[in-house]
Amino acid sequence: MPITRKKSKVSNRSEVEEEAKVLCQNLWKIFGPDPQQVLSNIDDGATKQEVLEETGHVIAVKDVSFEVYENEIFVIMGLSGSGKSTLVRCINRLIEPTSGMVLIDGVDIAQMNNAELRQLRRHKLSMVFQNFGLLPHRSVLDNVVFGLELRREKRKERQKKAARAIEMVGLKGWEKSRIYELSGGMQQRVGLARSLAVDSEIILMDEPFSALDPLIRRQMQDEFINLRSVVKKTVIFITHDLIEALKLGDRIAIMKDGEIVQIGTPEEIVSQPADDYVSEFVRDVPRGKVVLAESIMEKPAVLISSDQNPEVVIEELKAKRAAVAFVIDADGKLEGIVTKEQAMAAAQKRLTSIEGVAQREFPSTSPDTTVEQVLPLVAEGNVPVAVLDEEKRLLGVVTRLALIHAMYAGNETNDANE
Amino acid sequence: MFDFPEFFSFPLGDWINITVDWLTLEWAPFFDVITIAIREPLVSLEHFLWWLPWWAVIVILAAVAWRFAGRRIALFTVCGMLFIGVMGLWDETMTTLAIIVTSVAVSVLVGIPLGILAAKSDRVEAVARPFLDGMQTMPSFVYLIPAVFFFGLGKVPAVVATFIYAVPPCIRLTNLGIRQVSSEVVEAGKAFGSTGLQLLFKIQLPLARPTIMAGVNQTIMMALAMVVIASMIGASGLGLEVLRGIQRLDVGQGFLAGISIVIVAILIDRVSQALGRTRETGLRRGG
Repeated sequence: MPITRKKSKVSNRSEVEEEAKVLCQNLWKIFGPDPQQVLSNIDDGATKQEVLEETGHVIAVKDVSFEVYENEIFVIMGLSGSGKSTLVRCINRLIEPTSGMVLIDGVDIAQMNNAELRQLRRHKLSMVFQNFGLLPHRSVLDNVVFGLELRREKRKERQKKAARAIEMVGLKGWEKSRIYELSGGMQQRVGLARSLAVDSEIILMDEPFSALDPLIRRQMQDEFINLRSVVKKTVIFITHDLIEALKLGDRIAIMKDGEIVQIGTPEEIVSQPADDYVSEFVRDVPRGKVVLAESIMEKPAVLISSDQNPEVVIEELKAKRAAVAFVIDADGKLEGIVTKEQAMAAAQKRLTSIEGVAQREFPSTSPDTTVEQVLPLVAEGNVPVAVLDEEKRLLGVVTRLALIHAMYAGNETNDANE
Repeated sequence: MFDFPEFFSFPLGDWINITVDWLTLEWAPFFDVITIAIREPLVSLEHFLWWLPWWAVIVILAAVAWRFAGRRIALFTVCGMLFIGVMGLWDETMTTLAIIVTSVAVSVLVGIPLGILAAKSDRVEAVARPFLDGMQTMPSFVYLIPAVFFFGLGKVPAVVATFIYAVPPCIRLTNLGIRQVSSEVVEAGKAFGSTGLQLLFKIQLPLARPTIMAGVNQTIMMALAMVVIASMIGASGLGLEVLRGIQRLDVGQGFLAGISIVIVAILIDRVSQALGRTRETGLRRGG
């Protein structure tokens, strides 16, 4: 059974079936003298604490399953002790899982012998570490070439690739510097360059920015986002910082006591927390930064074509208690808007269609714009903001009320729109 | 009643003697090989040092000291070696240097690989620990007896006894140094696909170098201490001069030879310590 998903982030029209780049299935990691024994006797209801007290074994990863797709940033978020670092190390077998499967491009890595595993690590997976994991006895350049050196690439080739990676992370001119001469942020750039130099398809990042000062951390996050638009990579990103997870992740998995409690897009996590644990987490999140226009947009109350009679438009606006009618063509493209006042003026002039009075300038936005960015558009004009797709088709409208709901209400925000 | 019952006692000493006799007889070819492997480089080195003009030795030593330990130690080297020459202990000092260099070389060649093995395997470490403790606490004279049995009298048994006495810190600190390398750096090495040897030579040994060098430094110091004791089994050099001073109650002679040993000791200690530090100073700042 091939594992696929329907790609439906923005437009539901282009449903692409895609095979998972990384797939973890029923993954367990138990630390202790006899993990297999504990695993086979485990009671589904038993908590981590109970198992520890009864058997002396620590369950670090408990029956975890997820898929990561190509060029996706998949964030695994959890507090310390939630097993996230253990989990990421199971993906490149720095830690051997107790049971379960890890497939990379459909290949089960548990079946690999040492040589195959080495090849996988050299070419397909690279890793960035929390405390950088750099070689203090080497220069910046010699750190960046490290992975290529292990692959026994030619010196010239090595230098070329390393120079490119160093430039990408903005360390040009620092090649000869020693690691200890660099600040934390710059050291992590070296770590990042080291993993970019080997040009692996997948990068595992274990809390890469957690050891940095808040300001530097934010800067690194922004640069990482920029970098990602240049180099396409599949990234598995570990963090304990929810804001970081929401900012960087295409999808987020929330871990607690070794289990994944929820997987979803940042918006899903914030607007539909799976349980109390997640809601507690997302309570203080600025929702405007996460919730998208598409999920708070409503169906426009009055839709008309441009040859409509003004009298009819007025009737309809009155009936629906709406202030604005949206004029669309046969394809559903938005041509303009007509306010009640404009329709009444047209009726007084005894025009037969509203085409002449329709407003061609109107506030509009795309479905994947955050609520925070829509806010000024709504605040400025007196009309709802139209949400248009790439072909200018009208998908819905964002009203003032819906916006206020989205920014300030709790979990019930979306009820009105669903 | 008050004495320890005789039927409980084992003739363990006799057994050891029997075993030693057996080894001496049956394993003679084995010990011969070791003897040659140690004697040839040792004697060559000694002859070479004797052959070198005295000023050349001083220049070479001072240059090495300058390069690694700085001007002060270089100056000390020149003065110290001139003092030794003036005291008429030049040849003895060269012999002592040759014995020490050989013993330390053997200790390092055996000790570092053993230390690496101990670092890689908890079981090896657990087995090695009591032996190392024993080797270090056993009075050093005890090594002289079997050394004489297996290797005869002279410099070769001196080197062997010195080796046994001086190798433990080298093993211990190599083991410790490798085990202390930050686990994240080791993980980084593995995550990028290094083989065991790549991990060892590109990460573990370079990062453990300061600790390993501290072990080598201790080994050198212990070898120097053993030089005097080894003179009792016929090793010539400064140790023998000290021994003669004791035997003839010639305080002056013994004292001068003693000072010469101290000079050599300080010289080697400072230079070998500096070797461990050179590139590591920045590492500490890196934190």
